[in-house]
Amino acid sequence: MKGKLLTGNVAAAAGAMLARVDYVPAYPITPQTEIIETIADWVREGKMDSRFVQLESEHSMLTAAGAASLAGARVFTATSSQGMLYTLEMLYNVSGWRAPMLLANVSRGVAAPIVLEPDHNDVLSARDSGFLQFHSETCQEVTDLVLLAYRVAEDKRVMLPAIVNLDGFYLSFTREPVVLPEQKMVDRFLPPYEPVGPMRATKPVSRGSSVFEGYLYSYFRYNQHGAALKAKEVFNEASREFEGLFGRSYGPVEGYMLDDAEYVLVMSNSFTGLGRQAVKRMREVGVKAGLLKLVMIRPFPTDEIAALLRGRKVVGVFDQNLAPGSGGILYPEIAGALYNRRGRPNAILPVVGALGGKQTTTKELSAVFEEMMAIDREGKTPAPMFLMRKDELSRVKKAISVAEGGS
Amino acid sequence: MSTATRFRTLKDMPREDYFSPGNTLCAGCGGILAARIFHKVLGPNVAWVNAAGCMTVTMSYPLSPLKSNWLYTAFAAAPAGAQGVRDALDVLIAKGKIPASEDMKVVVVTGDGAAYDIGLQSTAGAIDRQLDFYYLCYDNEAYGNTGFQVSSSTPFGSSTKTTPATPAYPLGNMVRKKDLFEVWRSMKAPYVATLANSHGLDFLRKVEKGTGIRGPKMYIALAACPTGWGFDSRDSVELEKLAVQTGIWPLKESVDGVVRHTFVPRALTPVSEYLKTQVRFSHLFEPEEKTEAIATIQEYVNAYWKDAGAREGFEVKAPSARARASPSN
Repeated sequence: MKGKLLTGNVAAAAGAMLARVDYVPAYPITPQTEIIETIADWVREGKMDSRFVQLESEHSMLTAAGAASLAGARVFTATSSQGMLYTLEMLYNVSGWRAPMLLANVSRGVAAPIVLEPDHNDVLSARDSGFLQFHSETCQEVTDLVLLAYRVAEDKRVMLPAIVNLDGFYLSFTREPVVLPEQKMVDRFLPPYEPVGPMRATKPVSRGSSVFEGYLYSYFRYNQHGAALKAKEVFNEASREFEGLFGRSYGPVEGYMLDDAEYVLVMSNSFTGLGRQAVKRMREVGVKAGLLKLVMIRPFPTDEIAALLRGRKVVGVFDQNLAPGSGGILYPEIAGALYNRRGRPNAILPVVGALGGKQTTTKELSAVFEEMMAIDREGKTPAPMFLMRKDELSRVKKAISVAEGGS
Repeated sequence: MSTATRFRTLKDMPREDYFSPGNTLCAGCGGILAARIFHKVLGPNVAWVNAAGCMTVTMSYPLSPLKSNWLYTAFAAAPAGAQGVRDALDVLIAKGKIPASEDMKVVVVTGDGAAYDIGLQSTAGAIDRQLDFYYLCYDNEAYGNTGFQVSSSTPFGSSTKTTPATPAYPLGNMVRKKDLFEVWRSMKAPYVATLANSHGLDFLRKVEKGTGIRGPKMYIALAACPTGWGFDSRDSVELEKLAVQTGIWPLKESVDGVVRHTFVPRALTPVSEYLKTQVRFSHLFEPEEKTEAIATIQEYVNAYWKDAGAREGFEVKAPSARARASPSN
């Protein structure tokens, strides 16, 4: 089936429309703005039966979103970068409220310094917030994951909010063919939202109450954790139904050329496409390379990762983010998923790259595979790699010289 | 006041109480008293939206003294929470997903820390959007729940935990109280009013008036705070009365920007009568009386009433500020 050419942003908006969301509180930020502009247009043109309101900050936007979800509305909103950071306090609140709203994050590196293109420090800052996280590689995945995310978030066994992530520029402003599911079929897949204990005149509730006893607080936190873990099973169920209806299949992780792979690169989001090219290139020269894509980052698909990485020689974890003083954020999570397993890989190579959307070549990723092979061959302890090409470094030096008043 | 009111005397105060007796707030708390009276006027169908403060603590799982809906949001965000609840109710009723009988009055309730400081931005947003909601600020003129630190509502001359009166800083807080009434009015809230628990009829009528107005209805209630201000909890309402009689707490309202004082004292009681009742001002009297500072506070009050009188055409007899300020040493 051939799709319509849509940008990632419009694909996200289309997902919201197909999900028949009731309410869209919004706040602009590059590169997300096209999502809310598109929805504002559709609402004002009568194409979308939702209420759209622009708030005065992302913090308020997320508060309104969570509150409306508690009052029984299906809610969609979107942000990027600093906006994600500005919502942070409310991310924790909204997940604690068990309000299953959806937030599309269009990844963009965080300031300072200001940058517009993507890395994942923004979305990974929400890592511990209790929001489920689904990350997309293509525009088609954006639309599909929006629908799947609602199905999982609103499931009574889960009742947690979710983030669908798409990379700024590489997906947000890139047109790709997207097959939009038929509304009738979507309605079958995604029934209307049924809130649990919504705020009602006839049946008052207290939400967000304080819980001062540690044992009660611990119980609610464990409960939230249990629900988040449950989301994986619910996702798999929903995904099977989705495949039956729409013919596209999603898992918490996705393997590429993994069958006999000895060297596996773990990636997520739009740069995965580049990873696939690098794998092909390595295969052409006889290296048993493969790739593991993370679709679901919360809950973290520990078992799937361990199963697919079992018996590999060396695994490289490509982190498009940086926690200064520690390194890549996903590396320790992958290492944690593998450590206690039999047949775990011999070594794990941490790689940090593509920060602020830094253009990355298949050659750079080939160098990562070569390093994995060298680690295996020489039995050395992996040293973290921070990708930067020589030509880029000379441009850096030139920029510094200009900034310092040179020519 | 509007001509049509169901409140002729204090005896007309509705008997229904939507806060059960017994809660975790301090004895003599002016804040919970204001919230109780407020709720009586609005009736049962209310969704309260709260920001961090003393009121937050009383809704402590698994107990709640409240018979209506409650949502705690975050310190800066209660008006945004009200936006979400209001919009959700509107859209769900419009789509026929819930019956119109489920509609509620959406009420933000916060202390002055949220209203004057950290939540002012989200309040401004809600007013800009002309959100149909009520805002009840119980104003105890400091961050009471955290132990009484200065807020932009703290009056000149008050000692707080973060502006203690010391020999080097003998006045405590040296900044004047922010005029939130004027801030909200300038943002074009259709209705803004001040309240005092001591003036119950005025209180009831103002809340009643708000129910007939669409858009943001903004209230600042003086909330005498026994623990923060330092006075005997049984004197709470008396103290609020004194605040009104000294002219320190003017009772007024603004309808579509037009201000009217709803209670005009014929003669102002000297401010020192109010100040000397509270530990937060005790440094103004001990070890020696700080006559200059007290005169300054009196001058602020006198100037306020002179200005208000000139605009509204009334005259208030004010105590002489400087008579007391003659050098005593």
